[in-house]
Amino acid sequence: MSLSLQAGGSATRALPSAAGTTHTTSPITTGTSVLAVKYRSGVLLAADTLVSYGSMAKFKNARRLLPINSRTLIGGSGEYSDLQSVSDLLKRNALEDKCTADSLYEEENNEECAKEVWSYLRAVMYNRRSKMNPLWNDIVVAGFKQNDDGTTSDEPFLGVVDKIGTAYEDDVLATGFGGYIALPLMREKYRPDMEEGEARALLEDCLRILFYRDCRALNRVQIAKVTREGKVLVSEPYELDTFWDFKGFVDTKAGLGTDGGW
Amino acid sequence: MFRNMYDTDVTVWSPEGRLLQVEYAMESVKQGSACIALRSDTHSVIGALKRSVSELSSHQQKILEIDDHLGIGIAGLTADARTLAKWMRNECLNHKYVYGTALPSGRLVNDLADRHQRTTQTYVRRPYGVGLLVASFDKNGPHVYQTCPSGNVYECYASAIGARSQSGRTYLEKHYESFPGCDRDELIMHALKALVGCVSGDGELTSENGSVAVVGKNEKFTLIEGEALQPYLDRLELESGNNGGENVEEEQGGDAMET
Repeated sequence: MSLSLQAGGSATRALPSAAGTTHTTSPITTGTSVLAVKYRSGVLLAADTLVSYGSMAKFKNARRLLPINSRTLIGGSGEYSDLQSVSDLLKRNALEDKCTADSLYEEENNEECAKEVWSYLRAVMYNRRSKMNPLWNDIVVAGFKQNDDGTTSDEPFLGVVDKIGTAYEDDVLATGFGGYIALPLMREKYRPDMEEGEARALLEDCLRILFYRDCRALNRVQIAKVTREGKVLVSEPYELDTFWDFKGFVDTKAGLGTDGGW
Repeated sequence: MFRNMYDTDVTVWSPEGRLLQVEYAMESVKQGSACIALRSDTHSVIGALKRSVSELSSHQQKILEIDDHLGIGIAGLTADARTLAKWMRNECLNHKYVYGTALPSGRLVNDLADRHQRTTQTYVRRPYGVGLLVASFDKNGPHVYQTCPSGNVYECYASAIGARSQSGRTYLEKHYESFPGCDRDELIMHALKALVGCVSGDGELTSENGSVAVVGKNEKFTLIEGEALQPYLDRLELESGNNGGENVEEEQGGDAMET
């Protein structure tokens, strides 16, 4: 496995020069929140499929939940091209792991566990931000912890790395605008023994609320899960039902002494 | 001194298709004092005979800790081994920083082999004159590896390198089938019994010149030397005494007759 953190994205060599290349230091095409929650038998991730160009809804079918290996899943918000670059990097490492025999005469599992992927991402992100050329993403990593003997533990893993390399674990996570809107709701409803249906309903509710309130969100979404049986599943994009007939949505505030807006 | 005219440069082939300088480097491993390693299903153990230059000097360290989960036993040029150990420690630390986990030993050992190999193909360098026995316990369980100056790496159930290591190897070959089920102390005893055979004619295995290290499930790499080694040596004496002989081969003969 390559220890080279320089590999963290192809833009590495194009460092911002002294003259000041700055177009790589702020995002252009962006995805919004990623939501994640642990439940009884694994971890569930959710994100919509919108990638915005500024405030324009540019791509409406972009996938932001990505399986990295057979036991690890990432979800990314922020600059979409940087996310693709990170995903390429992680998949390249996963392939190398798969092809590298750690032992000369035993069949063994060389895959990185979610915690290693998360820790590696932390190092990559911090390395890039230290060059003043960050990968503009907040990335959620989900999977399972690993026992000392290399077997997959029963304990789910959920961690997040931000664009400057801050990394932490939690039972419930949300990036982007979801950190303000969805996270408090999720924390309120979260229980460690939630069934999959319950957790999924919670995430869908949060996505719907985000669609109502986050101007960069969409009701076309994906849900993904990592389960104890070691399966990674990402759903196809589907659309959430929405309800716009709330009185506050329908009636203007005209006549209430305001300017007629909502 | 010269065996022939094709041995003055590492990168020059002999007409028989041999790299003589590399082979000479392999010989230097045999000059070093003996070192053995073996593993069970739960532990890996290294044993080594330390040498001292004179009565007044300390014994040369033979087993080096690389990380909590990994250590090496060396035979050959100690200075070369220290260079390699420094690099290996660095690799382990880097991996721990980046991935938050212990470096899988197979990966480290393969990279180590690449380092060895590079010297055999470069005009300006010489091969490392040291052989290593790497004992580790990582996510895939316990491992024993043997490396050579030529760049070869072997993973083994047990192995012995260095001067007079043949008798140690014979012991290991004779008993390796019983190693998997051994507990920690039994494995250490096997290491010492294999080591006894490697001691030079007039010498004996003592807490001064003996050195053992163990790593395994729920146990970080631990060096057992000096006072800490004495109980094991006492047990060794007791066991060989019971069988009516100090010699390992005789002891085994005794076993065979009893059963």
